[in-house]
Amino acid sequence: MLHSTVQASHHDADHGHEKGAMAITGFWIYLMTDCLIFATLFATFGVLSHATAGGPTAGSLFDLNYVGLETLLLLLSSFTFGLAISGLSNEKKTSVIFWLFVTFLLGASFIWMEIHEFVHLIAENAGPDRSAFLSAYFGLVGTHGIHVTLGLLWLAVIIHQVLHFGLDATIQRRLACLSLFWHFLDLVWVCVFSIVYLGGVL
Amino acid sequence: MHKDASPATGHGVGRCIIGFGLSLVLTVLAFWSVMGHVVPHDMIMPAVIFFGVAQLLVQLYYFMHLGLAPEQRENTVYLILTVTLIVIIVGLSLWVMHNADVNMMPRSMSVMDAVHRE
Amino acid sequence: MMFGKLTLDAIPLEQPIIVWTFAAVAILGCAILGLVSYYGKWKYLWSEWITSVDHKKIGVMYIIFALIMLLRGFADAIMMRLQQSLASAGSPGYLPPHHYDQIFTAHGTIMIFFMATPFILGLMNFVVPLQIGARDVAYPFLNSLSFWLTVMGGTLVMMSLFVGDFAAVGWVAYPPLSELGYSPTVGVDYYIWALQLSGLGTTISGINFLMTILKMRAPGMTLMKMPVFTWTALITNILIVAIFPVLTATLALLTADRYLGMHFFTNELGGNAMMYINLIWVWGHPEVYVLILPAFGVFSEVVATFSGKPLFGYKSMVYATSAIGVMSFFVWLHHFFTMGSGANVNAFFGIMTTLISIPTGVKLFNWLFTMYRGRVRYHSSMLWSIGFMATFAFGGMTGVMLAIPGVDFLVHNSLFLVAHFHNVIIGGTVFGVLAGMTFWFPKVFGFALNEKWGKIAFWFWFSGYWLAWTPMYVLGFKGMTRRLNHFNQPDWQPYLTVALIGACLIAVGIVAILIQIAVSIRDRKANADVTGDPWGGRSLEWSLPSPVPFYNFARIPTITSLEQHWDDKINGVTAPENVHYEDIHMPRNTATGFVISVFALVLCFSLVWHMWIPAIIGFVGAIVSFIVRTYNTDVDYYVPAEEVAEIESRHASVVAGGQI
Repeated sequence: MLHSTVQASHHDADHGHEKGAMAITGFWIYLMTDCLIFATLFATFGVLSHATAGGPTAGSLFDLNYVGLETLLLLLSSFTFGLAISGLSNEKKTSVIFWLFVTFLLGASFIWMEIHEFVHLIAENAGPDRSAFLSAYFGLVGTHGIHVTLGLLWLAVIIHQVLHFGLDATIQRRLACLSLFWHFLDLVWVCVFSIVYLGGVL
Repeated sequence: MHKDASPATGHGVGRCIIGFGLSLVLTVLAFWSVMGHVVPHDMIMPAVIFFGVAQLLVQLYYFMHLGLAPEQRENTVYLILTVTLIVIIVGLSLWVMHNADVNMMPRSMSVMDAVHRE
Repeated sequence: MMFGKLTLDAIPLEQPIIVWTFAAVAILGCAILGLVSYYGKWKYLWSEWITSVDHKKIGVMYIIFALIMLLRGFADAIMMRLQQSLASAGSPGYLPPHHYDQIFTAHGTIMIFFMATPFILGLMNFVVPLQIGARDVAYPFLNSLSFWLTVMGGTLVMMSLFVGDFAAVGWVAYPPLSELGYSPTVGVDYYIWALQLSGLGTTISGINFLMTILKMRAPGMTLMKMPVFTWTALITNILIVAIFPVLTATLALLTADRYLGMHFFTNELGGNAMMYINLIWVWGHPEVYVLILPAFGVFSEVVATFSGKPLFGYKSMVYATSAIGVMSFFVWLHHFFTMGSGANVNAFFGIMTTLISIPTGVKLFNWLFTMYRGRVRYHSSMLWSIGFMATFAFGGMTGVMLAIPGVDFLVHNSLFLVAHFHNVIIGGTVFGVLAGMTFWFPKVFGFALNEKWGKIAFWFWFSGYWLAWTPMYVLGFKGMTRRLNHFNQPDWQPYLTVALIGACLIAVGIVAILIQIAVSIRDRKANADVTGDPWGGRSLEWSLPSPVPFYNFARIPTITSLEQHWDDKINGVTAPENVHYEDIHMPRNTATGFVISVFALVLCFSLVWHMWIPAIIGFVGAIVSFIVRTYNTDVDYYVPAEEVAEIESRHASVVAGGQI
């Protein structure tokens, strides 16, 4: 299964380009492990989604308009990150910084909305300790939120590093990794809103 | 397409816009099929899953530059293997847990039924 | 906020065993620290070992760590054997139940996570880059980070011995017993955070080695020209990358239950403890293949070398290894046939489990046919291999018995099961890593291990194993369940006494290994390996000098055959005179991996005790250290070609001198 794709390439391992490619592939493998963490959480959610223990159900809790707005923010941030990356090759440092900053703002708004939603749920006595269903919900959505928060931290650092180092090979490699990470989080969110929110209110 | 393989190369703006547009449409369709009260009830979840999977593919292709070109193939293979593994783990887990549920917590069975079955 | 639940009462002064242990550890620790200071070796330790990113040194440190943890885990084991041989017919034995429960939990946790896994990782670290013709692993810094995270996990387990208590719930910590309601002390928290640290380290290692094997092979080395040990390492690392995230997530959910009052696995409000059991074995079953496959790799190398023949059925070995890797994801339910799923679920997993014995059987025949009509030399690493074949075949067969759901209902959770998995783990993994240590020791240090003491160690381990565990199979059939603190069945006691004698024999075997190491260091001049190829090796690492220079390969070899080194020897290919060397690109040592791990230890220890302020310090410290590292651009350097030439010529003259 792996035979076709892999070639011995030690000759060039010392060269920056090869090293960069290897770092990105390694990061991709890390994302695959993260996929499995989310898969575990989705499986748990699948098993516990009806275990409401007499408490509130998904249908009575979730406001799809609100979720739609969150989705839009995250999707937009994915788009703006794409714009930041496509500015890269033209060495347009300011445009890269600008779009990364916009991405940061959109991501931060998403997190703000999510925190707001969580606070609201807890205030309505629908916190994570209310039922197994709510534990699974908070566990899954919260883990995604923690990932986005770490992504924001990484964005902040990378913005500073673009200013500090410029767009050299190392920074380009890191931007490529962060780009994969950020888009990956959007992919996870597609699964979250399809299964947890849309599937939940049915 | 080959030129776009690495996220760090140009000509990406158009690609981004296409990806964003398609994702937006698929998101709206997914929400609409639940909120619009047009789709027959037992078709809603299949529709949501269909739009979800379509959006995953769109984003993988347009945003994450995954594909079948030689330099993209490796990551695509890892993704396919991971997805297969996830299907195995999640699928078998749900089967196991559902089966245990059915056997150990028979919801449809009253106490009298259980006594009679003894 | 500052000290959380931690008070002076947490130190178990009322338990004499622990106090004496603490005294011994303290004295020994002070002695070691004193000796290091006396000889002025702190700087050497820091700059040559602790901050090292050299895969060979990290491998050695992994193995030293594993050996230390073996002593701790074995101390637990012999205490259990003693307790069970005493606590019969009304006698309570000498260990109160709560202490005893901690001991069997610690024994399992330590042996799997902090002995077997690090030992395997240590061997892979040392051997894999040498076998594939690489100068280091893919991400040397992450390699150092992985190692230190694992060590800090082990440190946390050791701290639980003296501060607070350890989990008393068995090594996989089934809820609801491991939930706050039934385990209110910090024991389970120690367990969780220690496993999270080592699990994170292992995952990073898995990614690292996957990339190393896939991307850094010498030119010409296609996948089907890789040595078998590297193949098993590849499959093992795929498994690691695939399963450790599941462990991380599952333990995180248990943590959420214990710290945030959630209800994933509780008895109340809809929680489902069976989901934990399901998830932990999604990780747990492939994990046993993580432990055994590299051991299979070691045996393949050892058997081929000491039979003087190429490995019989290289391709079938590769396919069997891959098949085991794939099938390991379809068998996990056999750990809980009795949970209550229906007959069709049990049948599916039962059949898959019996099927997995087929590729394993293929391997056994491959080793036997390799020895058949070979010139077998009974070196101690070969003895471990032959002992393995006899022992493991038996354990495999009892495994197939347990794979039949009907049989499993009979002996589930009995000593039969315990005997089975010790049969395959001791007979497979432990014999494997010890064979590997003996086999590659001269490559690491430049002198071989003492043969006499190696053979003594083997025979004590081997006979001790059989004496200790055969009675357990019988006891399992007699109905003795595992983890009993005391019992009222007098006719079990003779069997347990025999088992204790067996454990004592194993203890002698362990001491023999320590003596072997000491004697070998003393006689290192006499046992020196000047040629770099003491056993008549077949793969690439034996073409290098012993000990291996820090850059491994002065010139990256080009691979044309499966047994490159052997074929070169047969064809009389020697290193050309006056070769032209190039500058070698190497990573710089860094303290960041160590520093991050220390902060992670602070974080996890504070979380165990609910000390929120130190926890925040640990968390922020770890993140900031990592970020600071990303601002460091001076992470590598070049070894000048002249220096390489000088080191290589020095080695060449030593070899020439040795041959005279």
